Amino acid sequence: MFLENFDPLKDEMIQIMDKEGNIVKPEWMPEVSDEELLQMYKTMRFSRIIDEKTLQYQRQGRMLTYAPNLGQEATQVGSAAALKQTDWVAPSFRELGAWLYKGAPLENIFLYWFGNEMGMKMPEEVRVLPISVPIASQMQHATGLAYAARYRGLDEVAMAYVGDGGTSQGDFHEALNFAAVQSLPNVFIVQNNQFAISTRRKIQTKSQTIAQKALAYGIPGIQVDGNDIFAMYAVTKEAVDRARRGDGPTLIEAYTYRMGAHTTSDDPTVYRADSEVEEWVDKDPIDRFRKYLMGKGLWDEEKEAAYSEERGLFVKETFETVEKSGLTPLEDTYNYVFAEKTPILEAQYQAKKAYYAKEGK
Amino acid sequence: MLVLNLVEAVTSALDVAMEKDKNVVVFGEDVGVEGGVFRATKGLQEKYGDQRVFDSILAESSIIGSGIGMAINGLKPVVEMQFSGFMFPGYNQIVTHAARMRNRSRGLYTVPMVIRMPYGGGVRALEHHSESLEVLFAHTAGLKVVVPSTPYDAKGLLLAAIADPDPVIFMEPKRIYRAFKQEVPEEYYTIPIGKAKVLKQGKDLSVVAWGAMIRETQKAIEILEKDGYSIELIDLRTISPFDKETIIQSVQKTGRFAVVHEAATSFGPGAELITSVNEGAFLYLEAPPKRIASVDTIVPLPKGEHHYVPDVDYIVSELKTVLEF
Repeated sequence: MFLENFDPLKDEMIQIMDKEGNIVKPEWMPEVSDEELLQMYKTMRFSRIIDEKTLQYQRQGRMLTYAPNLGQEATQVGSAAALKQTDWVAPSFRELGAWLYKGAPLENIFLYWFGNEMGMKMPEEVRVLPISVPIASQMQHATGLAYAARYRGLDEVAMAYVGDGGTSQGDFHEALNFAAVQSLPNVFIVQNNQFAISTRRKIQTKSQTIAQKALAYGIPGIQVDGNDIFAMYAVTKEAVDRARRGDGPTLIEAYTYRMGAHTTSDDPTVYRADSEVEEWVDKDPIDRFRKYLMGKGLWDEEKEAAYSEERGLFVKETFETVEKSGLTPLEDTYNYVFAEKTPILEAQYQAKKAYYAKEGK
Repeated sequence: MLVLNLVEAVTSALDVAMEKDKNVVVFGEDVGVEGGVFRATKGLQEKYGDQRVFDSILAESSIIGSGIGMAINGLKPVVEMQFSGFMFPGYNQIVTHAARMRNRSRGLYTVPMVIRMPYGGGVRALEHHSESLEVLFAHTAGLKVVVPSTPYDAKGLLLAAIADPDPVIFMEPKRIYRAFKQEVPEEYYTIPIGKAKVLKQGKDLSVVAWGAMIRETQKAIEILEKDGYSIELIDLRTISPFDKETIIQSVQKTGRFAVVHEAATSFGPGAELITSVNEGAFLYLEAPPKRIASVDTIVPLPKGEHHYVPDVDYIVSELKTVLEF
C-alpha cells in the first residue's frame, strides 16, 4: 500500500494522525486491537517516565552518562510493535521504546547504563542485540542475522536502527547494499531526529530526504512522520511483511526530533534555540496518541494519573535495586573474554586476586 | 592420506568442515565462482551451493559485520579477507564487535567465526599485499590468532578454529601456499589452539618462529648446525593466546633465546615473547634475547623487499651473535 505508491523523490511524508490526534488518512489506518493500542501507548509513556526519572538520577549524581529518548517514542514503539517476538532488533543506543516493547526488563537496561555489562544479558526471548556504540555498525549485524534466518529456514526478520548521522557511515551503505543484493529479510529504520550530537541533518547529507537514498540500492524507501504512532506502525508492518515474504529490505526514514540532549554530557543550548524545541513540543508523539485514545474512550485522565504513578514507583524501585548492586565482581571481567579463560588470562586473574588478598581490597 | 600443499590443505579443511556441519558458511570477495584469488575455496561453491559459499559484496566491513550477525544467529561463518592488508575497512567490526560481543552480552551472544587472511611478503606483490599484522589482532582482547606453517598444521588448525566457540583470526602465509607438499589426512582432525610445537630439539639456543619464517629459520639452523651448534626450533602456531610454558621450558634448558618474525620490530610480537622469557627464565639466560624481524619502515615494493624481511643469511648472522655472546 505504502511502499509501492510512495515516491521518495517527491519529498512526501506518510502521516495518518495529525498532531491533534485526528486521523487524517482513515484509509491508511492499520488494524490494531484496543489491547495492542494500549500496550503501545503504555510503552511510550513508560519510556518517557524512565527518561525523566533517569535524568533526575543523573543530575543527583546517582547515574552515569545517559542517552534519553525524549520525543522519539512513537518512532521506536511504532516500529518495534510491527515485529513478532521471534524477530530481531539490532539497536544503536537510543531505542528504549523498542527495547521495552520487545520485553527488555528495565532492571537490565538500568544495570547497563549504571556501568555493568551484565545488564546486556537479556532474557533470550527479547532478541535485541546489545547496545552498539560505533555508529551504524549494527546495521551490518542485522544483515547477518537475516541471512542466517533465511539460510536456516527460520521465520525471522531483522530490524536495525540508525540515526540521521549514521547515514554518513560506510556501514550504512554496505548494509543496505548487501541486504538489497541478497534480498534479505531486513528493515532499516533511520531515526532522523535532526541531530548527530550538535551536527544538523543538512550537514550530514545533500539528499533531500534520507528515504530517497534507498533508490540507489534498488529497494523501497519511505519517509514517515516519526511522531505519528500509526504511520510508524503501518509502514513498518508493511515493510516487515514484505521482508517476511522474501521480497527484501526496506529503508524507513522516521522524521522526528530529539527533544533532549544527545546524552547527559551534552549541552544542546550551545547549538539550538529553545523556540525550536518548543515547536516540537507541539508535535509530541505521546500527547497526540493520548488525545486519540481519549477520543476513542480507551483512556482518560484518571487512568493516565494512575499509570504514571504506578510506573514512576516501579522505575524508582527498580533503580534503587540496581543502585544497590554495587561493583562488578572481579571474575566477571575475566570470565566473558572467551568461552574459557586462556592460561594467560587465568594467570592474570589469579595475580589480581592475590594482590587484592594481600592488600585487603 | 592426501598429499597437499598449504592452500590445498586449507580447501580440504573447509570441505571437511562443511561436510560435517551444515551451518558452516563460506564467503568473501571472489570466493564463490572463482574459488578465491588464491583458489583456497576452489570447488566449494559447486559442491555446497551458492547459499553456503558465496561472493560477498566488495566490502570488508560487510563481510565481517554480516558474519557477526550470522554467528549470533546460529551459523559458523568462515570468511576470507582477500589479503590481510585489505582488512582495515573490516577492522572496526573485528575489534569493536567480533571480539567483544561475548563480553558485552555476558555470554548471551557469541561470535564463533573464523576470519581467514593470507598474510606476509615475499610474493612480489603490489602495495598492501605483504603485511604481517598479527599484533593488531593479538593486542585485542577476545580474539585468537593462529598461523600455520605446514599443510598438515593448516588443516588441523583451521578445523580447530572452526570448532572454536570464539572468533579466530586465521593468518595464512601465502608465500608458502604452494612451496611444498605434505601428507595430510583426508578426514577430520584438529590441532589444539594455544599450543606451540617443538619442531626440533636443541641445547644451545631456543628459536621461536611461525608461518613462512619457519622455513627460513630451518635453513638458517641447518647452516649453523654445520658449525656444531645445537638449536631448538619452536613453531608458535598460535600467536594469541601463545604457549608461554613451552617457550620458557625451552629457554630454561638452552639459556639463549631468539624470535624470528615478519612483522615489524618495534612493539612487534617479539617484544611480548622476549618479555615473557625475561619474566620466566631471566636467571637462565646466558645472552641477551634477540628479535630478528622486519624493520620499522613501510613494507617496500618488490624491488626493495629484501631490505625489509629477514632472509636466511640475515637470520644466520643474527643468531650467531646470540650463540657467540
